[in-house]
Amino acid sequence: MNAHERIGAAIAAANARGEPALVAYLTAGFPRRERFEADLRRIAAAADVIEIGVPFTDPMADGVTVQRSSRIALEQGVSLRWILQTLEAMSPPVAAPLLLMSYLNPLLAFGLEPLARAAERAAVAGLIVPDLPFDEGDALHEALSARGLALVQMVTPVTPQERLERICERSRGFIYAVTATGTTGRNLSVPVEVTDYLDRVRRQAPVPVCAGFGIRGREQLERLRGHVDGVIIGSALVEVLEQGGDPTEWLCTLRGRAGV
Amino acid sequence: MSVNATDALADLTAGGMPDAHGRFGPFGGRYVPETLIPALERLDAGVREHLHAPPFQREFAGELSSWVGRPTALTFARRLSAEWGARIWLKREDLAHTGAHKINNALGQALLARRLGARRIVAETGAGQHGVASAAACARLGLPCTVYMGSIDMERQAPNVGRMRLLGATVVAVASGDRTLRAAIDEALRDWVSDPTQTYYLLGSAVGPHPYPYLVRELQAVIGREARAQIQEAEGRLPDAVMACVGGGSNAIGMFHAFVPDAGVEIIGVEAGGRGTALGGNAATLSFGRPGVLHGSYSMLLQDADGQIQETHSVSAGLDYPGVGPEHALLARIGRVRYESASDEEALEGVTALCRFEGILPALESAHALAGARRWAHAHPGGTLVVCLSGRGDKDMPTLQQTLLAERA
Repeated sequence: MNAHERIGAAIAAANARGEPALVAYLTAGFPRRERFEADLRRIAAAADVIEIGVPFTDPMADGVTVQRSSRIALEQGVSLRWILQTLEAMSPPVAAPLLLMSYLNPLLAFGLEPLARAAERAAVAGLIVPDLPFDEGDALHEALSARGLALVQMVTPVTPQERLERICERSRGFIYAVTATGTTGRNLSVPVEVTDYLDRVRRQAPVPVCAGFGIRGREQLERLRGHVDGVIIGSALVEVLEQGGDPTEWLCTLRGRAGV
Repeated sequence: MSVNATDALADLTAGGMPDAHGRFGPFGGRYVPETLIPALERLDAGVREHLHAPPFQREFAGELSSWVGRPTALTFARRLSAEWGARIWLKREDLAHTGAHKINNALGQALLARRLGARRIVAETGAGQHGVASAAACARLGLPCTVYMGSIDMERQAPNVGRMRLLGATVVAVASGDRTLRAAIDEALRDWVSDPTQTYYLLGSAVGPHPYPYLVRELQAVIGREARAQIQEAEGRLPDAVMACVGGGSNAIGMFHAFVPDAGVEIIGVEAGGRGTALGGNAATLSFGRPGVLHGSYSMLLQDADGQIQETHSVSAGLDYPGVGPEHALLARIGRVRYESASDEEALEGVTALCRFEGILPALESAHALAGARRWAHAHPGGTLVVCLSGRGDKDMPTLQQTLLAERA
């Protein structure tokens, strides 16, 4: 199985259990750099796919929570290189497929070819790059595809139909359906326009569709059920980690299961 | 990426840049969240439909003349020329309404925003000049305006905060990130991402995703067009050199654009050398930066080995920015424009010189160009130089109280 196919398989396995997949986000090295590996394992105990945030000084698509977690991670010297080395050294590796979520500039500084090689060695299944629209993504797409890694594409409620089709064609892993215009971390209401939009994306997508931006609680998860293949939990989980909560238990509660 | 300088210059001169992908050679492009792509497509279509069409041009020219006060003067700096040894002319953007070149762009974009049906305007500001210009243009056109400004800049440019509020704008302090221009752009982008259909982002410099670097250049190009005609009228020939300060680079690209095809005219941009060459001690992007992506375009950037954006320092808030417009990155790469830097100290000396010899208080940003002019004059005695005096320095009084005036007390 190609690395990017592991993502779809993990999402399908959750769906086979009758539930949307949980895609959980953490900022690498937040709140404490030395706890990264332990936090990752605790999240992996309850999540189906994990997004590891590479901190960046100027996270323009993110709200205050991820801005704060990024800053604190950077202050502790967390870098893309350190993240990849830590992942490569993890034994045993976590079972859930791992994605890196990074703004473009740290990737460019690393070099796209070296990045693809290092990501493959670190058992990373793909990347999400919030400031890389697909028209500008050829070079990264090619570097990652050559090693079977996914470049996850984003779509939004304001993406025109014709563009949506082109994005769907290019997508690997899953499609990241941004539920609302705006930055991450706000509380999403889920009106019927949102579920209609997600249904529309899902009809066209050749890969699973996961909804993200503003999903914080069980109520929203229930509203999205049947309209998505997975949900992305970002800022809310970062806040759980920040407050010293147990991410496994919190994710299980979100799912409506008893904690492990 | 290699660039054939001759071909690139020919392409640029022929109007072939930016290309259909918003590229100036390898630089430029559109690196923004997917949410903003439709808004940029609409803006691009709006620019192509209106910017060079007679109704917009008539409206813009009318307002530039009757409200902004253009054309601005070209002043011969008689005593400064005698002191420094070259013939120095000043393109007086400080005389434009609201006190800087920023009004050319703010007015043009506000007129465009109105045609595109925008309900509200957001803008970022560093020195506050773009914020004041945006607030004024929005008041003139009856559009609500929100300005994001770093909390450090709000302190050092306090007079401009008051001006924006008087002009009816909402000023939002940005306490995240580096609390200067760069954080203000981040925050303005976040606002725009939240409401991309009704909000118009009035970007103040020749940076950002396509079509902004092009749009801002076209709206600022009036500076160089006027200056080129004025100097020919005054001297009977083109100057030996033109000079402007470069932060994001809007006054500079506006000044340079008309002169780029004039092979005999040397073009020099002056960046903020700050306290020196150490990382974080300056904002001299083209001198010390490497290519990368920030705020929507691929250009030169002050960054560390991991691609994290560096803190910058400059005595002038308007130049205190780790990036630079993509067209400047190309002009530097192909060697058509030479970029150098002037330190905080040299800029302050420039302020003193212009005040004493010509009775003009320049903005700290513009004073960097004066520092460059002094060096050029010493190297080219008798030569003719046009300097873009991008703005006036009243806004810098809090900084000048702590520097030039404190030394004297």
